[in-house]
Amino acid sequence: MDGQHLTKVVLLACGSFNPITNMHLRMFELARDHLEDTGQYRVVKGIISPVGDAYKKKGLIEACHRLEMARLSTDSSDWITVDPWESLQPEWVETAKVVRHYYKEMLEAEQNTDDLDTVKYAKKRRIEENNFGASSHQKKDGLQLMFLCGADVLESFGVPNLWKQEDIDEIVGRYGMVCITRSGSDPHKFIHQSDKLWKYRQNIHMVREWVTNEISATQVRRSLRRGRSVRYLLPDGVVHYIQEHALYSAESEQRNAGVVLAPIQKNTEVS
Amino acid sequence: MATCRIPLVLLACGSFNPITNQHMRLFELARDHMHSTGQYQVVGGIVSPVSDGYGKQGLVLAQHRIAMAKLALQSSDWVTVDEWESQQADWTETVVTMRYHCGRILKEYEQSTGEHKDSSGNPSPLSSPCPQLKLLCGADFLDTFQVPDLWLDDHVEEVAGHFGLICVSRGGLHPEQAVAASDTLSRHSHNIFLVREWVRNETSATEVRRALRRGLSVKYLIPDSVIEYIHQHNLYTEDSERRNKGTVLRPLAKQATQPGKSLDD
Repeated sequence: MDGQHLTKVVLLACGSFNPITNMHLRMFELARDHLEDTGQYRVVKGIISPVGDAYKKKGLIEACHRLEMARLSTDSSDWITVDPWESLQPEWVETAKVVRHYYKEMLEAEQNTDDLDTVKYAKKRRIEENNFGASSHQKKDGLQLMFLCGADVLESFGVPNLWKQEDIDEIVGRYGMVCITRSGSDPHKFIHQSDKLWKYRQNIHMVREWVTNEISATQVRRSLRRGRSVRYLLPDGVVHYIQEHALYSAESEQRNAGVVLAPIQKNTEVS
Repeated sequence: MATCRIPLVLLACGSFNPITNQHMRLFELARDHMHSTGQYQVVGGIVSPVSDGYGKQGLVLAQHRIAMAKLALQSSDWVTVDEWESQQADWTETVVTMRYHCGRILKEYEQSTGEHKDSSGNPSPLSSPCPQLKLLCGADFLDTFQVPDLWLDDHVEEVAGHFGLICVSRGGLHPEQAVAASDTLSRHSHNIFLVREWVRNETSATEVRRALRRGLSVKYLIPDSVIEYIHQHNLYTEDSERRNKGTVLRPLAKQATQPGKSLDD
């Protein structure tokens, strides 16, 4: 074991993945390269967590398909995985809850591998007790879960009723974010203009994507509706799956049309 | 009965140093576009990597570029890699490569229709016409027509007028301007098909090589099999990027020594 204490990182990406594209997969690669380049981190796992159908986004097709496409796309990766937990929940789950769930799982997994080492276990418990309720980086014994997203998600923090303020506090303040910037958006400015994000700026890792690679799932779906090729924008296995199951038609794009997005519905409900 | 579409073969010339998903996208986009005109049926695609004699900085050996292209196109049922250009002793003008493939396509066509002749020796009336060949390129390629001494006027005329171009653009490039800026291209604008790539994707072989030099991931930008090949052969290092540094690009050297003369013998 090397003398350097690298923090182990698990990257978690939430989203519709409707469908998953090469760009989504690139985000993981870029994030890993960036974090490891700082010399402080070692990225050990990536998790793709597709949102549940209860999210009610327009054009969102069934989770079972979105999960399968994500699985097919990560076949060739030795560190990125797909987890169905979020999509299996009957109600829509706030992102903060999803992060909390995977953080707990990550700790448990780590604990299981350390169970035999009682000294380390005892040390862990002390750290856990000390850090309970702290708003600092949730970093147990050199292990951290970071939320991975595009700059558009960061900027969505400003959309009224889309996010609860305490959830943003938790995701950014307590866990940490890796944010892949796209051309046309200026996320640094966005952070600067938000007092809350400014407070947590040390927890936000900005990854500049020099080589623009904006494969929008919306435009992929449009191409598919028009019978145009999307080959080389998505992994081959995903392209075949879409063709086999005839996903993404004019009808599928009309799903949830006029329906209020679940988070907005939830956050504007009179409690 | 369906209207008779002209069968079409798309030829892409270039360094393919290395081939990327973007290169393969060009073919997909071009095929979709030409089909949507209602006039064409794309029947084949050819990737023709340039020979080592091109002298471009950072160009790795043709044998590698060919091998990578073959790996990348293994799963394609209509695009193939052709080694003829890379095997020529000297760098070959685009027009010469086009003439070669056109001749080859014609010969294959004559052989296959020869098998379907009626009793008086006439080709069967139901056989489709001989496939046409058009050059497939990116928008930056159109700009090269403006570079002094890079193209012979005759050749521009032949590529745009006789064969035809399919130009796929992306990002900030405006191919309409490049066409408008050239009298020759403007005259043949009906034979120049402009296809817009809606994905803002600036993946380029240059960027891929840069990432590889720095030990950064290029997964999902180029096929896995090509990444493996690159690692196996340790291609694309700081050394490889310095190859041909300071050398004059072959087309410039060749055309500067023989002004005004046709170079197709």
